[in-house]
Amino acid sequence: MEPILSVKDLSVTFDIHPQGAWPWTKPQKLHAVNGISFDLAPGQCLGVVGESGSGKSTLARAIVGTVPSSHGKILFEGRDLASMSPSARRVHRKDVQMIFQDPLAALNPRMTVGDIIAEPLITHEPKVPRAEVRKRVQALMERVGLLPNLVNRYPHEFSGGQCQRIGIARALILKPKLLICDEPVSALDVSVQAQVVNLLRELQRDMGLSMIFIAHDLSVVKHVSDKVMVMYLGRTMEMAGSKALTTGPRHPYSQALIASVPIPDPVLERARKRPVLEGELPSPLRPPSGCVFRTRCPKAQAICAEIRPPMTDADNGHMVACHFEEKQEMLVFAR
Amino acid sequence: MTLLQTKDLIVTFETADGPVNAVNGVNFSIDKGETLAIVGESGSGKSQTAFAIMGLLARNGRASGQALFDGQDLLAMPQKALNKIRANDVAMIFQDPMTSLNPYIRISDQMAEVLTLHKGISKRDAITQSVRMLDAVGIPDAKARISSFPHEFSGGMRQRIMIAMALLCEPRLLIADEPTTALDVTVQAQIMRVLADIRRDFGTAIILITHDLGIVADACDRTLVLYGGQIMEDGPTDDVFARPSHPYTAGLLRAVPRLDRDDDELLTIAGEPPDMSRLPAGCPFSPRCAAVMPHCPTVKPRLESFDGTRRRACHLPIDEVA
Repeated sequence: MEPILSVKDLSVTFDIHPQGAWPWTKPQKLHAVNGISFDLAPGQCLGVVGESGSGKSTLARAIVGTVPSSHGKILFEGRDLASMSPSARRVHRKDVQMIFQDPLAALNPRMTVGDIIAEPLITHEPKVPRAEVRKRVQALMERVGLLPNLVNRYPHEFSGGQCQRIGIARALILKPKLLICDEPVSALDVSVQAQVVNLLRELQRDMGLSMIFIAHDLSVVKHVSDKVMVMYLGRTMEMAGSKALTTGPRHPYSQALIASVPIPDPVLERARKRPVLEGELPSPLRPPSGCVFRTRCPKAQAICAEIRPPMTDADNGHMVACHFEEKQEMLVFAR
Repeated sequence: MTLLQTKDLIVTFETADGPVNAVNGVNFSIDKGETLAIVGESGSGKSQTAFAIMGLLARNGRASGQALFDGQDLLAMPQKALNKIRANDVAMIFQDPMTSLNPYIRISDQMAEVLTLHKGISKRDAITQSVRMLDAVGIPDAKARISSFPHEFSGGMRQRIMIAMALLCEPRLLIADEPTTALDVTVQAQIMRVLADIRRDFGTAIILITHDLGIVADACDRTLVLYGGQIMEDGPTDDVFARPSHPYTAGLLRAVPRLDRDDDELLTIAGEPPDMSRLPAGCPFSPRCAAVMPHCPTVKPRLESFDGTRRRACHLPIDEVA
């Protein structure tokens, strides 16, 4: 099947003026996203995980077009968004919508819920009559689990979970084809998180949405996604089906990441091998040569500093970028 | 031996809408060298419980009841005596390490201040001890880095510094309020290992306040579940996780997506976290409880002991909690 979104060798570079530098000195280049490629099939969900600073949010922003890409292609239904002029992109903006991490900060505090949800529709389809707008807002509010009689309330009157539902409704009113979720549940309580995750999955199924789901919590990502991409310092380390990746990761970083995720079961947790990853993310201004993960990698050898391992197909579409990749069984599945 | 015991701890805040109880009659105790997890969602009163014990409530807050540390009531103590205990016996670390460190002062001065003030030792000795403590919590090259400013460290390193600072006076009790919430999972694992080492090496009792059931499973002997400022259940961690005795705990455990499971749909707890100014007269969880009975919203269930080591507050017979 033709992918709905195909990202090819995408890089996003920021100019950084070091603190205290003279204003006329040349800025440093920060490669937030560095040569990322992936395909997303219609109706599928791609999960993106990584620590803070891995470039996952920048990737999302580059796809929706809020930060310019410096290299590579973003093919949405075959057309390259990256090289399009802003006015040409506007046509596609309807099809690609986004929801954000902080649900309250993403909503204008001085607009009513009804106005917030209606705004994208009024902006992009100004010819739709008011009565129709109202009808669609109410239908959508019901669909995401908000009482339609709350339409004239303001965001501060809602809890975090409800605000996230408002954000979802706003993203869906234009009937987008692709929904990008940047840490949509990490600010929510556990019990509410499950509600929002279920809602997103349900909507995805019912509306045939394609999704990119970004989060730092691998358990949530695995639960939502068909395919998972693991990022580190702007690069892809591994990409595979979500079950293949969580049960048999091949890259040392994915293995460490999975080992770090606590499982709420005391007996299992004590029985698990949990090698803790030492150190922290290096500065993205001075990424290590060769493989970016080598400074923290337990398997690193001399070659890792010299040659950056390319993404290779290790096992039937299980992509991994490591010289010493090896499948490791990580989890015993309950049930 | 009991180190800290709270009796009918109530925390009340004076708000524009009248008094609101954030903590509503909480009784628990922690033994020497034990780790206790206090688990709850936002608004459960878990942080306010800790703040009340430490005498750190916001200006409009008031604590009543008792918090007995070594038999002395922390809540009734004059400021000076409380400071002495907070210096030597009880320490606390917070969620956001950056807001707890003074950005204008070098780490060396901030850490040495603790020792010169509380132990009265010279600054030079204080710095030597501080370096040793930073080593213990895993700061590489501590001797050189101690004269840095807080912003020169990453989030995980700052949290290690906070832990080191809290341990300087070798407290018997460390209260950790969401110590890893702001950190990445790999760093979280590092910090949890530091806490485990401290407990082993210093025999420090730890109260871990968190919303993350995952880190509790690994780190804590005993788990106490709070909801709406009240204890829902408590007991040994293994028992609480294997056989939750309260519908809220059971629901919470099912709502967590697990890496080692393949469920298609997460089971959820309906509704939203409680509004503390409008709690029902009975069980605070009753508006969201799937097994609610007619008298639950009006009659408050008593916290009753069972199985010798466990307690629960629920009207539902225990074998009906799924």
